[in-house]
Amino acid sequence: MNSIGYYPGCSLSGGGIELDLSIRGLAQLAEVELREIDDWNCCGATAAHNLDHNLAIALPYRILALAEKQGLGEVLAPCAACFSRLKGTNVRLERSGDLKAKMQTIVDLPYSGSVKILSITEFLNRLMELGLADKLPKKLTGLKVAPYYGCLLSRGEDIVSDDAESPSAMEAALRATGAEVVDWNFATECCGGGFSMSLTDAVLDLSNAILADAKAAGADCIVTGCPMCHSNLDMRQLKIQSSGMGQYDMPVLYLSEVLGLAAGMGCDQLGLNRHFIPAMALAHRFDPPPQAAETAEAVSDQRSN
Amino acid sequence: MARIGVFICHCGENIGRTVDCAAVAQESAKLPGVVVSLDYKYMCSDPGQQMIKNAIAEQKLTGVVVAACSPRMHETTFRRAAAEAGLNPYLLEMANLREHCSWVHEDRPIATGKAVDLVRVMVEKVKRNRALYPIQVNVEPTAMVVGGGIAGIQAALDIAAGGKKVILVEKSPSIGGHMARLSETFPTLDCSQCILTPRMVEAASHPNITLMTYSEVEAVDGFIGNFEVTIRKKARYVDPAKCTGCGSCYTKCPQKKIPSEFDALLGKRSAIYTPFPQAVPNKPVIDAEHCTMLTKGKCGVCKKICPRDAINYEDKDELVKVKVGAIVLATGFELWDHSKYGEYGGGRLVDVIDGFQFERLASASGPTAGEIRRPSDGQVPHTVVFIQCCGSRDEKQGMAYCSKICCMYTAKHAMLYRHKVHDGRAVVFYMDIRAAGKGYDEFTRRAIESDGAEYVRGRVSRIYRRADGKLIVRGADTLAGRPVSIEADLVVLADAVVPRKGGEKLAQMCGVGYDTNGFYSEAHPKLRPVETAAAGVFLAGACQAPKDIPDTVAQASACAAKVLGLFAAPKLEREPIVARVNQNLCVHCRACINTCPYGATQDREIKDRQGNVVKVVAEVNEGLCQGCGTCVAICRSNAIDLDGFTDEQIFAEIATLE
Repeated sequence: MNSIGYYPGCSLSGGGIELDLSIRGLAQLAEVELREIDDWNCCGATAAHNLDHNLAIALPYRILALAEKQGLGEVLAPCAACFSRLKGTNVRLERSGDLKAKMQTIVDLPYSGSVKILSITEFLNRLMELGLADKLPKKLTGLKVAPYYGCLLSRGEDIVSDDAESPSAMEAALRATGAEVVDWNFATECCGGGFSMSLTDAVLDLSNAILADAKAAGADCIVTGCPMCHSNLDMRQLKIQSSGMGQYDMPVLYLSEVLGLAAGMGCDQLGLNRHFIPAMALAHRFDPPPQAAETAEAVSDQRSN
Repeated sequence: MARIGVFICHCGENIGRTVDCAAVAQESAKLPGVVVSLDYKYMCSDPGQQMIKNAIAEQKLTGVVVAACSPRMHETTFRRAAAEAGLNPYLLEMANLREHCSWVHEDRPIATGKAVDLVRVMVEKVKRNRALYPIQVNVEPTAMVVGGGIAGIQAALDIAAGGKKVILVEKSPSIGGHMARLSETFPTLDCSQCILTPRMVEAASHPNITLMTYSEVEAVDGFIGNFEVTIRKKARYVDPAKCTGCGSCYTKCPQKKIPSEFDALLGKRSAIYTPFPQAVPNKPVIDAEHCTMLTKGKCGVCKKICPRDAINYEDKDELVKVKVGAIVLATGFELWDHSKYGEYGGGRLVDVIDGFQFERLASASGPTAGEIRRPSDGQVPHTVVFIQCCGSRDEKQGMAYCSKICCMYTAKHAMLYRHKVHDGRAVVFYMDIRAAGKGYDEFTRRAIESDGAEYVRGRVSRIYRRADGKLIVRGADTLAGRPVSIEADLVVLADAVVPRKGGEKLAQMCGVGYDTNGFYSEAHPKLRPVETAAAGVFLAGACQAPKDIPDTVAQASACAAKVLGLFAAPKLEREPIVARVNQNLCVHCRACINTCPYGATQDREIKDRQGNVVKVVAEVNEGLCQGCGTCVAICRSNAIDLDGFTDEQIFAEIATLE
């Protein structure tokens, strides 16, 4: 059985719990063991690098050092912000000769730089190669999806290997589920990111523009890989709608949830029942609820009788 | 007994600042064999040269060392002076005190010591020099011009006017190049076709010019004055001797939906076609890729309709060999592919077009007959955004250089649009306006002040298509210091000028260098702008660097002057720095024949008086040898020496350094 290190970060046990659930489910299906880093800490996210440069490096450094100590060659960081911080720290350590020694003094742990960090898209594409692609029995035919990358899954040329201006890392996996990828314009626009709390109005404006373009392109849902984007587009959509900026009712799904749906995993198992903008109706198009399924069976039974 | 003169140049301050030239002259005077040693401020000046000439005559010098700059700079100058004083010019050597000493050192005593060493080395060499005489080669007084755009046409016409023969090779079915596709030209708004087509006709009808259209250079052998070029004449499937250009074939051809290259893919053409109605020669060719007769064996309409029976589906490519004395490369440019810019739609937005597409929309002979209509729905656009520097001045994704012509043609485009759509809005995004040239700045000012083009200084960060079909252009106005968003109907990108794809191959065939961007390299950026590192090969037009029409024409005429100068003498003199085989030592292992990059070494049979072959040895063809020394290094019998750089000379140079 393949195994890979796992750094859930804060989101995946909080607002982004459905991302955690769906990733664990898919990993199990593809027979990949997720080994969570023991004693992990906060990655620093946007807060640390606004406060203190050393702190912003030291926090991810400790995570990387622990992973190396625990023998993890590769670590999945599903949250796009965690991924960017961890991989960015690796890049900086490699570039600057004395930074490593400095960090070693601060954190009091050695780190050679050997740990490779995977993003959610890299990890899921890996699972597809490892056989997940053959385990997608449900075709999501007719589902129109708008893949949304935001900033952290498209930018930083040393961090993200995709084309910053027109990224495509999600497309192959989405097409493999039978879903239709719509041609839209806002795949890399800013959702407002960490200003969700401090400048909510700006986030409403920015996220509204993204939702409007997805709707105009005929998307049934937006697909993302970032818990921050997810909370802005999903949670703040309620405020956008109530303040009269637009009416969307646009479910925002994680890429792992879409793949899970195609893999036949239950809506509850994927956490699809935990969204602010209800996603169950959309999910039930492909995974009918037990009651409805029973009724459907009963109908077909009657017919066969 | 050697009588050597040493002449130390100060090169103004260049050498004198770091090297004590008087001390070097004093030290040099003590070297064995040196009979005169002098220093002077500018040895290359008239009094300096006179000093050398006088010393040669008075001291009866057998060799001269000039310690000055690089031989690349002034060796010819000093050798000419020596010859004028009656000394064989190859008995003069240069010690490089500037590039190899004063320019790279700071410590004066150390640099002075090194300068003495450099002089001593050359004194030892020149003692062993022997008189050499230039090699005379014949010159084939015919030029080949590659590329039938305005550069090639101009060069060909000028050479032909000088009374010499020209073969003009063009890979497409017609000459005319990009200029034939332009609507009007800056800064006078002359109609491009009106000034170009008469020249095309002139080129075709000139008795000294042989047109070879739909042809490509396949191989280049030989050397200056004596090139042998293989040209591939591509199968036209139409016999030009029989064809009268009546046009029945392309009117009747059922394949009419092929995007026209000439119309920048905005118009359509048939499978048998001439690129445009004013094509020269006005004889069609069949596009083998799209003709159903050639791909599937079905159709044959053109053959049936042709009143002259000129169609031949069995036509094959033909290889032709020609002998020429000089080559002019005028292969031109193409536009950078803007699909690399994901932020501008990555090539997926049909209403985001390039400069040539706009030219065709504005051209009276274009697909819209000169009306500006956008490709997606044929509507007249009410707002057009022009974006300069698309791929230019962008080291990251595009080209690091400025493409030079875009500021001007964008101003022209904005003007043409405003002249045609009076209530339309033309917005130009620019980084800088670079309008250096006669009447150029006045032209861009006219676009802004008289024709109302709105110039916005800043870059565009994104273009996308809104559901209603509007193109949303978002960018920065860096003068106002705020973001701007414009709802446009059409966007024109001023894509960077890049060399023709595959141009490296032709350069390699001709021995011409090219830079990292693929532009052909001139021999010297200031003093030899049309020559190349390959003697007898010249450059005209945008294959050397981005250029507008006036500069291109000037450079083409300069090429013609160089070619005519070359052809003016019946014989050509070449540097006698060639390899020489000692036939007594040669064991005929053929190593030199196998390694010579120029094919200059060959077998030679040595016969006795009865004509029986007694021995075969290697021999060097002086006409082909470039003096690279490869054969000297490879020869296992030590039988080959390079004139001017013999083993004896080089060992003496090394030995004197201890």
